[in-house]
Amino acid sequence: MEAKKIIVCDTDKCTGCEICEYICSIYKEKTVNWSKSRIRHVRIEPTFDIAIACRKCEEPLCIKACPREAIVELADGSVEISKDKCNGCGWCIEACNFGALKLDWERKCVFACDFCADLDCPKCVEFCPYEALEFTTLDQVGHEAGKKAFMRIIEELG
Amino acid sequence: MKGYAGKYLRVNLTSGETRAERLSEELARKFLGGYGFVAKTLYDEVPAGTDPLSPENVLCLWSGPVAGTPVPVSSKYIMGARSPATGFIGFGIASGGIGSELKAAGWDGIVVTGKAPTPKYLYIQNDKAELRDASGLWGRTTWETEELIREELTDDEVRVSSIGPAGELLSVLANVTNDRNRQVGRSGIGCVMGSKNLKAIAIRGTGDVEVANLDELVEFCRDLYKRCRGPATEKYRVFGTPANVLVHNRLGVLPSYNFQKGTFENAEAVSGERMLETMVKKVTACPSCPIACDHINVVKEGPWAGTVASMDYESLELLGPNCGVADLNAITKAVELCDTLGIDTISAGATVSWAMEAYEKGLITKEDTDGIDLRFGDGEAMVEAVRRMCLREGNLGQLLADGAARAADKVGKDSDKFAMVNKKLEWGAYALRPLQTATLGFATSVRGACYLRSGSYQPDIKGTVDRFHLDRSRGKYVYDGENLYAIIDSLIICKFTRGIYKTNEEFTKLIKLVTGFDMSVDEMIKMGERIHNQAKLFNVKFGAGRKDDYPPPRAFEEKMYDDVNDGAIIDRAEYDEALSGYYEERGWDEDGIPTKKLLKELELDDSLGVKA
Repeated sequence: MEAKKIIVCDTDKCTGCEICEYICSIYKEKTVNWSKSRIRHVRIEPTFDIAIACRKCEEPLCIKACPREAIVELADGSVEISKDKCNGCGWCIEACNFGALKLDWERKCVFACDFCADLDCPKCVEFCPYEALEFTTLDQVGHEAGKKAFMRIIEELG
Repeated sequence: MKGYAGKYLRVNLTSGETRAERLSEELARKFLGGYGFVAKTLYDEVPAGTDPLSPENVLCLWSGPVAGTPVPVSSKYIMGARSPATGFIGFGIASGGIGSELKAAGWDGIVVTGKAPTPKYLYIQNDKAELRDASGLWGRTTWETEELIREELTDDEVRVSSIGPAGELLSVLANVTNDRNRQVGRSGIGCVMGSKNLKAIAIRGTGDVEVANLDELVEFCRDLYKRCRGPATEKYRVFGTPANVLVHNRLGVLPSYNFQKGTFENAEAVSGERMLETMVKKVTACPSCPIACDHINVVKEGPWAGTVASMDYESLELLGPNCGVADLNAITKAVELCDTLGIDTISAGATVSWAMEAYEKGLITKEDTDGIDLRFGDGEAMVEAVRRMCLREGNLGQLLADGAARAADKVGKDSDKFAMVNKKLEWGAYALRPLQTATLGFATSVRGACYLRSGSYQPDIKGTVDRFHLDRSRGKYVYDGENLYAIIDSLIICKFTRGIYKTNEEFTKLIKLVTGFDMSVDEMIKMGERIHNQAKLFNVKFGAGRKDDYPPPRAFEEKMYDDVNDGAIIDRAEYDEALSGYYEERGWDEDGIPTKKLLKELELDDSLGVKA
């Protein structure tokens, strides 16, 4: 099985510019409205910023929490929410550990990141001015971390 | 009409009434937004002779057409009122998310009159606007106020602009803080809020922001974001604006010891380079900003350990070198006090430096300073003086709370000679005598002592002109800068992005993609000229004339000696000639009053104009 790609955020690089939120709403909703963004910027004052989208959990709590079986897992690990079945009760939002789901008040329906399924790379990642966002696998994230740790040792040893 | 929400909110604090009004397309086409709307609102609605602290003063807040769009650094807003500091037009532009949030809530601006019987805050949630009790917030710092309002409303995403105790205590230097680190800093807008019993404005918007051509705008923005990561903004990204410290020190234009010198022997210790190495914990951005200039300092040790403040050049310079202080920990603490208690850092620094000079000259004594040995270079004394002035505490706090000009009035003994002010507002962090075009621009600015209205320091620093002398031609630089900056401030985009636009045509392109308004570069610049003259007319309405367009006496009366300057001074006759040249360029008379002919041409009210 192909490893799942998710959107990871390097919190050292993220400045909290929220351009990911602007761009998401433009591509997914054809308007500028960051409250309809599928990726969410969170700032913890004074010095922490992160942007979080769906993590493609192995056992998605949102699916378990839904009383109407409105959420299904797709082959790439993302979730699809049936607009017909969802009534906006929001249990999935409570269940998600990452705040990756949002409620669309107008449509009375929950929505989540689909990783711009029709594109090779999600738009937020493409536009992130600081290259804080990356569309990658957790395995690759681990590999990069290992490389970085090793580089540090090499540098220290000269 | 795209780019605009199409309506604004009127609030009468005396009666508690709020109501929506339509934004006219004519206003948008003539004044664009932001600064243009502030100038127009205040000129039309503040009656002649209005006391700045009376209920009749008008407090307005406007966004620009680009607010809420993905245009780089477009989330800004402006607040304005008749300034209690200068008596003329008062306004300040701040970043953070207030402008974009207001647009998403469906409003272009807010116009506030009257005075609330008890402390209130204004809460706007999309179409709904209400005045809420703020008696529990009175006395709180700006940072506490933001948090308490979010808690009360159970909404972490509410944006808040608020005043600290200094605004409540009616300091004419009081500012307004939003998103913790962003300020409507200059000219005492926080004081006007305090006089109206308005503690804060809280906004939450979840609506769509519409522009004329979204697809093309996004493609243009994609390009602009890339440019924002290029050389034009590198300085802001890496060191932030404190990068200026060493550059200015080398040029001899870094004010030190209350503007007595233009170099500082400890410049290295307070440089952007040193700060990045030892103090900066994080670099953050405002919404929609691909640059990220905001350098968050954290004090690691000593009596102020744990102090956090966002540091920029002006704050660092005036509280640092200009007070002779070379301790970044002390400067960071002073900025934190200013931001949380609510006083403009520029005015605070230039007022404390005035007091230090007065103290060293024996014009004020320990009785006036509450026992503090207020000497240049003493970081602890500087911090304590700032704290006292923010809270009007003790003799020193009472003396300094309303700025250097008013303090000098109280002390007398010719101490006004070294109160570094124009229009009673403290001078920005640029030495006067070795930057003479800049000085002309600062002194003629409508807001007073203002480095942000024309960028008039640029020809001096770039070496386009002889910066140690003036002549009649300098007015042209100020004129050109003011007209373009009036557009930038009305759109409102961040001035740090001005270098990413390759031509003025790109500004008209931006305006067209956002609003749909088709205009030539000439028409756009004409609009900038109109906006500037509208602001000037406000000042004329309140008695402005040539007398108000001069730098402080030190510029003319004392030669300047330091590591770079060897007797720099401004020749009064040269200054007068340059001033007349500026008025001529503007089409104003010798007293700096616009002519009726010019005002007609700009489609402005010509009743205060003079015959050509």
